[in-house]
Amino acid sequence: MRCWDPRIEEMSKEDLQKMQYKLLKSLVYRLYSFSPFYHDRMKKQNVHPDDIRELSDVKKLPFMFKRDLRDNYPDKIFTASQEELVRYHVSSGTTGKPTVVAYTQNDLNTWTTSLARGLTSIGLGRGDVIQVSYGYGLFTGGLGMHYGAERIGATVLPTSVGNTERQIELMQDLGATAIACTPSYLLHIGEVAEKMGVNIKTDTKLRTGILGAEPWTDGMRIRIQDWLGIRAYDIYGTSELSGPMFTECAEQKGFHVWSDIALVEVIDPKTEEPLEPGEKGELTITILQKEALPMIRYRIGDISSMTDEVCACGRTHPRIQRITGRVDDMLIIRGINVFPSQIEYALMGIPEVGQHFQIVVERTGALDDMLVRVELNKESFSDKITDLMQIRSKVEHRIKNALNVAVAVELVEPGSLPRFEGKSKKVIDKRSL
Amino acid sequence: MDAQKFVIRQISIFSENRPGRLASIAQALGEENVNILAFSIAEANGFGVVRALVDHPEKAYEKLTSCGFNVAFTDVIAVQMKDKPGGLFEIAKVLGDAGVNIEYSYAYSGKKAAVLILRVDHIDDAIEKIQKSGATLLERSIFH
Repeated sequence: MRCWDPRIEEMSKEDLQKMQYKLLKSLVYRLYSFSPFYHDRMKKQNVHPDDIRELSDVKKLPFMFKRDLRDNYPDKIFTASQEELVRYHVSSGTTGKPTVVAYTQNDLNTWTTSLARGLTSIGLGRGDVIQVSYGYGLFTGGLGMHYGAERIGATVLPTSVGNTERQIELMQDLGATAIACTPSYLLHIGEVAEKMGVNIKTDTKLRTGILGAEPWTDGMRIRIQDWLGIRAYDIYGTSELSGPMFTECAEQKGFHVWSDIALVEVIDPKTEEPLEPGEKGELTITILQKEALPMIRYRIGDISSMTDEVCACGRTHPRIQRITGRVDDMLIIRGINVFPSQIEYALMGIPEVGQHFQIVVERTGALDDMLVRVELNKESFSDKITDLMQIRSKVEHRIKNALNVAVAVELVEPGSLPRFEGKSKKVIDKRSL
Repeated sequence: MDAQKFVIRQISIFSENRPGRLASIAQALGEENVNILAFSIAEANGFGVVRALVDHPEKAYEKLTSCGFNVAFTDVIAVQMKDKPGGLFEIAKVLGDAGVNIEYSYAYSGKKAAVLILRVDHIDDAIEKIQKSGATLLERSIFH
């Protein structure tokens, strides 16, 4: 099957926008009338549902943040009564109190439909065996993917996370054709399989990976695809959106955000103004169809860009490029927004240096000075100073092109930079502002 | 004539320009009982390259690599000079007249003679020209 729901997925842009406008208008009326939280917010912003006269009027509406969910723990902003709810999920409180998300039956159906469209778009369906190695439980990943996979008629192998050797045995014995998990867990599976003497490429039927729930790069995609002999697709979602929601299609050119389900904006996190397609900014999402926990202009904090061009697959819905960072990681250097991930991408294309880096920001007089420390690769070491200077100016040049900010580069010895998982720790900001 | 016997293996070490790096290199070589016969440091903004002639280049390479250093071998030649005023001029003139281009160079003055160590762009060509000019090239076996 090419499309799960061709009428919607291939609808003309004009009709999609009309539909979005109608959904937005009725959502805003409903929340203004029935939700004290949204009513107060809109009053405060001095906006009335009657002010929403076209789709772009969405920008008149107030933003919503993670802290709004935390401040209203556990259920103060739900817009459905407990009797109407069929499920809770709870997100871990790594940055504060946990947040609770709630679902009516219709909310679960919308979530499942969204995934059914996505899984179909990467060629999965009846006959596939989908191993769901996302955690089952309070985390949205396992159960969300589970229902999506069942909906398209695939057979679900609900392995959840952990007990990796058993996962690999089951993958072989039951002929899993696809696996849904985090990219790092799939790499772990690959390593454990090798130790067990199992070659994923030749000893299993695995051909598709649906990978998400953590940031990953195109470099990782290539490595996973080549090493394991599968096609690896990005999936995106957060518990506030329901859970894993949107996947790439077979084109692997960004994930489709279904316009009848969500209205996505990309805004400049500082000015809060909408950005043009292709420009990088903070994803801000309005969930158009949600009964228990609607979201208006929810600031997710993830950084990416959007394209509104019709995809080669025929789907008309906008696509979001791979998430390249978090707003929390953003640095402002001489007034320009800089994300450490941009440096990571620039370095990926320079074989002479490694991919680890460290950013040191200082203020000299009125100007910000940014220094990027990178490790010189062993093979690229030349005894001649001029060669080394050339490598350094190449790195400086590439990073400058990527960031639009001049940086100084320092070549350091291989293995000398600290290794961290989180991006923010790669930055040493010495400015006292 | 076997020109290869004049080709000397220098070790080159990439080093960040901060206190203690040279000590680490020297300590590593000392622990392996590697003797340094000549060495120089070239510096650029933020980093440097330590170049050394040692008696056991392989051992030095392995030890420094295992300590995490970025090490490479570089071929150099060594020309004997008279240890008296005008000695460097004599050799430098010979090289210049022979059209040998020097990429970098350093020297030491020992008990027997003064020696000029040279990194040149075309090493075989340079060996041939230097020999024809009458200057004395030192053989590798003298160093290691």
